[in-house]
Amino acid sequence: MANQALPRPRFEAPDPERGTKAIPKPETSTAPLLAGKVSEVPDALFGGAMRLCGLAVVGILALIVFELLRGSDLSWHAFGWKFFGLQDWNPVEDKYGALPFIYGTIVSSLLSLVIAVPLSIGVAVFITEMCPESLRGILSFLTELLAAIPSVVYGLWAIFVLVPLLREYVQPFLGKTLGWTGLFSGPPYGVGMLAAGVILAIMIIPIISSITREVMTVVPQHQREAVLALGSTRWEMIRIGVLRNARAGIVGGIILGLGRALGETMAVTMVIGNRAEIAKSLFAPGYTMASVLANEFSEATGDLYLSALIEIGLALFLVTIVVNALARLMVWSVTRGQPARSTV
Amino acid sequence: MASAISIPNPTIIPPISWRRRTLDHVMTAVSILTVAIVLAPLLAIFGYLVYKGIGSINIAFLTQTPKPVGEAGGGMANAIVGSAFILAIASLMGVPMGIGAGIFLSEYGRNRYGDAVRFVSDVLNGVPSIVIGIVAYGLVVIRQKHFSALAGGVALAIMMVPTIARTTEQMLLLVPQAIREAAYGLGVSRWRTTLSITLRTATSGVITGVMLAFARVAGETAPLLFTAFGNQFWNLKADQPTAALSLQIYTYALSPFDDWHRQAWAGSFVLIVLIVSAVAAVRYVVRRGRLAGA
Repeated sequence: MANQALPRPRFEAPDPERGTKAIPKPETSTAPLLAGKVSEVPDALFGGAMRLCGLAVVGILALIVFELLRGSDLSWHAFGWKFFGLQDWNPVEDKYGALPFIYGTIVSSLLSLVIAVPLSIGVAVFITEMCPESLRGILSFLTELLAAIPSVVYGLWAIFVLVPLLREYVQPFLGKTLGWTGLFSGPPYGVGMLAAGVILAIMIIPIISSITREVMTVVPQHQREAVLALGSTRWEMIRIGVLRNARAGIVGGIILGLGRALGETMAVTMVIGNRAEIAKSLFAPGYTMASVLANEFSEATGDLYLSALIEIGLALFLVTIVVNALARLMVWSVTRGQPARSTV
Repeated sequence: MASAISIPNPTIIPPISWRRRTLDHVMTAVSILTVAIVLAPLLAIFGYLVYKGIGSINIAFLTQTPKPVGEAGGGMANAIVGSAFILAIASLMGVPMGIGAGIFLSEYGRNRYGDAVRFVSDVLNGVPSIVIGIVAYGLVVIRQKHFSALAGGVALAIMMVPTIARTTEQMLLLVPQAIREAAYGLGVSRWRTTLSITLRTATSGVITGVMLAFARVAGETAPLLFTAFGNQFWNLKADQPTAALSLQIYTYALSPFDDWHRQAWAGSFVLIVLIVSAVAAVRYVVRRGRLAGA
């Protein structure tokens, strides 16, 4: 089963046989063996076409940037930096401020990390360090199966199962025990920031745990043995020998999960309540950058309205690019430069 | 030499203290608990999908188009076909380009330019799908002046390219250099070697990568919202709004009608079955073909 929906960053060993030089052209010496002389034209054409495909990948990125900049031009000139600080979103009066959406995106993503990180690390530790061999394959298959479910199906499940569960049991309980913090106050609607955070957490657990597992596997076996030889318990071995060595990679995996949570659209839109307000309570409905795009983009009348939406898209794009680039670099810093190939 | 190593008297090593041993047991328990907590929603989601989905599917669902708002009955036949149509358009554009980029990375890109393309495609992988929807809207919908299957296809193709490029690259890198050299030694030109030897050897891996990308975009909804847009009727014209299964699930899930909720579950079940069976079928064919060829 191909169940990894997320291609993982992999370590490319500098292969001594392959090197970085181009493969030497064989035509000159071997051509006489063939009936006719091998033409170099098809080779050049093919090489050119493949280079063009490679260039197209960069071109797509450039195109995305170009389209977003062009589309958001109008709104940028109308509001400037203030756009990201204004709170009201009023298409009728043509006034737009992105703050409630930025707030909603950040809070829902952070909430999902708070839930997902301990769980993912726990799962990764269990699978790599404690699990009996026979269970390992099944467990990693199951956790990665979570990544293969389309986001709209998560949303559907959240509407009909998760939200009623939160409304009937979880929210009243949290309100009673932790209501004094102000984070869990107000009427339990079910839909709202908390529901969005939970469904996001379920969606990013496979990402974080699979990357955590990967970097934990890269930690050399002798690190574990060294700690055990000092008379440690298994948990101390995991904490000192494994988790500490894999720290940077785990953080990278967490940031990668964050990148996914920031841009996740459908499931969040279906359960967050879609109200452009900033509220302290996690029970209150909110709105994220991605869900305002999903809800209002196709109905946006007026150039400024559309432009403001595209500017939100641009901001979302830039944030996820930075977050993802950071994450890739951190994961690479762990998996690169180690004799990883021999253990895999 | 051996006498230089002093073997410690076992009685001198202090026993592992009660606290450390308890902590060890507690952490083991916590870790098992997290597995249980993570597996619970997974099993719940699959359970509900199968339970609600199978109970909701009927002949009408698979053969009819949606009924007007509020009326019970009808089905998603046009959305199932529409999804396949959009995916076909996307694959037609995305697969060749992705494989080409993969060939570039593995055969021509062992240098700085390759590194740049590699990094860009990893970054593209993380771009939120809704943002790609905006781009396809700007590129296609604004020019055509209306929503279309083509726009949806373009959006999904953009999402497929980086995934396919990276997996193709990894699969081609697994092909031993000696095989390429053998081909060169016979006087085969480089392009012919790449296509008939290297790519051929890695076929099953490359196809697996393509299916991975396919499965990933097949359930996408966000980039289709304002590109393919959805349609209540049959449509197989590339320049017209087209229904898609995922869009239909979204609309029906948020509707106030019980019958539409039922159909949303049925649609989700069909979507997952289609994705899984498409992947399984291609893998089966590839595996059998490879075995027959070898």
